Amino acid sequence: MPVTHIKSNFQIPECEGDVLVVKDLCFSYPDGHAALHGVSLKLCDGDKVALVGPNGAGKSTLMLHLNGILGGHGEVEVAGQRLSRENLPAIRAMVGLVFQNPDDQLFSPTVFEDVAFGPLHMGLPEADVRARVDAALEAVRMSSYRDRLSHHLSVGEKKRIAIATVLSMNPSLLILDEPSAGLDPRARRTLINLLRELPITMLVSTHDMKLVQELFPRTIVMDEGRVVADGLTQEILEDEKLLTAHGLEKP
Amino acid sequence: MHFDAFDRYHEKASFLHRLDPRVKTLVTVVYIVSNALLPDGAWLAFVFAWLFLIAVNLLSQLGIGYTFKRSIVALPFALIAITVLFSIPGTPLFSFQLFMSNLTITDAGLLRFVSILIRSWLSVQMAILLVAVTRFPDLIHALEHLKVPAILTTIIAFLYRYLFVLTDEVFRLIRARESRSAAAAGNRSGGGVFWRAKVAGNMAGQLFLRSYERSDRIYNAMLSRGYAGHLYTLNPHEMKPRDYYVTAFAIGVVFIVQILGRL
Amino acid sequence: MHFSPAPLHIPDGFLSIVISIVCWVITIITLSLAISKTNKALGEKQVPLMGVMAAFIFAAQMINFPVAGGTSGHLLGGALAAIVLGPWAAMLVMTAVVAVQALLFQDGGLLVMGANILNMGLVTAAIGYGLYRAVAGQSKAVRLSVAGVAAWLSVMAGALLTSLQLWLSGTSQLGIVIPAMLGVHALIGLGEALITVAALSFILQSRPDLLGEGSESAKGGRGWIVSGGIIALVVVLLSPLASADPDGLERVAINMGFIDAGQSAPYSIIPDYTLPFLGETAASTIVAGVIGIIVVGAVVLLIGRGMKAKA
Repeated sequence: MPVTHIKSNFQIPECEGDVLVVKDLCFSYPDGHAALHGVSLKLCDGDKVALVGPNGAGKSTLMLHLNGILGGHGEVEVAGQRLSRENLPAIRAMVGLVFQNPDDQLFSPTVFEDVAFGPLHMGLPEADVRARVDAALEAVRMSSYRDRLSHHLSVGEKKRIAIATVLSMNPSLLILDEPSAGLDPRARRTLINLLRELPITMLVSTHDMKLVQELFPRTIVMDEGRVVADGLTQEILEDEKLLTAHGLEKP
Repeated sequence: MHFDAFDRYHEKASFLHRLDPRVKTLVTVVYIVSNALLPDGAWLAFVFAWLFLIAVNLLSQLGIGYTFKRSIVALPFALIAITVLFSIPGTPLFSFQLFMSNLTITDAGLLRFVSILIRSWLSVQMAILLVAVTRFPDLIHALEHLKVPAILTTIIAFLYRYLFVLTDEVFRLIRARESRSAAAAGNRSGGGVFWRAKVAGNMAGQLFLRSYERSDRIYNAMLSRGYAGHLYTLNPHEMKPRDYYVTAFAIGVVFIVQILGRL
Repeated sequence: MHFSPAPLHIPDGFLSIVISIVCWVITIITLSLAISKTNKALGEKQVPLMGVMAAFIFAAQMINFPVAGGTSGHLLGGALAAIVLGPWAAMLVMTAVVAVQALLFQDGGLLVMGANILNMGLVTAAIGYGLYRAVAGQSKAVRLSVAGVAAWLSVMAGALLTSLQLWLSGTSQLGIVIPAMLGVHALIGLGEALITVAALSFILQSRPDLLGEGSESAKGGRGWIVSGGIIALVVVLLSPLASADPDGLERVAINMGFIDAGQSAPYSIIPDYTLPFLGETAASTIVAGVIGIIVVGAVVLLIGRGMKAKA
């Protein structure tokens, strides 16, 4: 399906993109499959942005570029620093990437070890690591889970701990892949409240349009490796033609 | 579905639970080595070692029969040792016919057989107790402290974390196989042995690919959090005075057991 | 769900201390080689891969299929792991599996863990990889059938080694343990072979790149072909010989002093080496004295550190 709907005339919030700038990002997988065709976007401090689009639109591929796990052509700039091999460690500490499946994110036997992994590998001294673990668990309201075993947690608990594993790195940008997938209504509600409270810039990929409507003032629509719309959530959700064209539904 | 059956740890607040995992691991190994060093028929030493086991069991607050009940796992292996009953020359105690051959149990053979069983039975109970009073992640830390190479302890930590996830997947695969292999009433389901083996092999292959892809995603998650080829760990354990005293005491006990075994 | 202890997981108490230590030494030397080779050859990506693969082998061992008469075939995995991961990584993976089975489930002992790792992890990987590597580049059918033979032989090798260790420890009679173990494992090995071949052909179909040129599977050198081939040859030659004429093997072992060394505890080896100018009693007194001093010293040292930790 050819994408005809390039960049709408929605109003994009004014800013210089002080947290994240992506310019003309292109990427093809080794098997030749092209996943990104010139993606550009900007995020400002305090932005909470939803990233929506059908499966295969390139959302996850884009996310893997934002902390340099994948490297395509184009520019990625985080907090004014251009992503390169030299500042990869610094960028990875600034960009907290939370994967969709918490069983992939939580790879250590205990909650403490998982939340401590990031700060430890940033080279922080032990006392700082411990303080950050406590603060991160406090932020997701899971302080009492510090010494639990990861495999004993419920899916909802795992998701919150997964967020804590990157909060402990004090990121300036939080990137979440499908945070509400597989959650029961109560766990989903807890998660929404948590995301609302977190005072941090975030870019959240999701299929959960109710979540988009409730939580994110701004939405970016991707399809076939391109940004096809970027603007106020309210207005995008009203544009039924746009939504239908990209396999989305009004909540 | 959770497989808590895999977790052998029992939450209690006993003295043993609070002991440093290094001490517990070390004492367990020393105890097992000591059992292996005892000569056949060192009854007094066996009894003393058993009393030590009971005392430790009492300390654990798990109940005196806890390790006894679980020690049955090693029993089937006793079959392997049964041949020593007949093979060691000594005074005949008992003869009988079995499968056309005449078997004679000798006193020396019986002595050896019983000694092997006692050694094994005492050792396995101490190992059971070790994992009942020590959380497995702490056990891994103990191995790190005891200089087991980091690559091995890391693999073991991953194994422990993902054995629950992957056994979940195995049981989903097995359930899917069962729900598809319906049989008409009175008929056995499935084809021949080769067909069944092929199905099992396909499951193993499928599980392999899923695990392989999972390891890719985990690697990305590790990279995202600063991993660059070297793993750092915090060891949250510190030896307290009582940990040293307990080690000293246990070594003393084992020494006495060894002396008793040679009187 | 519980494991039924497989006959290859030796519990503590069944091997003499000398045999246990000898096996530990062989295992530790092989593992340190494996660690330095994997550190050198494999990227940082291999750490999570080996970890998840260890969990995979552990979980795959639970997949079973009914054979006949209530018995079931299942996987040990050493050969499969070596073929897909390369031999060194497979050895580390299998070591972790054996260690967790012993530590967490008491499936196999701790003092005898060196022997269990050797039997189930090291030898199986060497045979599995060596034979498979020998037919690299051949047609798929050839590779798969060789993988099957290698898997079967790897189980037989493990069983043969286990029998020898038990016999040298004075736990079993050679004439019974060898035919019994090899007989049982000839069947178990068949299950291993079938599952290994089916799993490999599934992988070859879905992800041929994992087994193709440039994969870990294709990096082993000629040394593996030779050593895997030699171990396989020993198994093939020794098994029928030992089954047919255990007394002959026993005579050889006695003549060479294997049995004495294996069955006696170290303290009873010492009297054979008493110095001529010391009486037997004097020597043993000295030895006892030295051991006593070491033990008392250790106890004092520990108490001292305890007091220091308090302060």
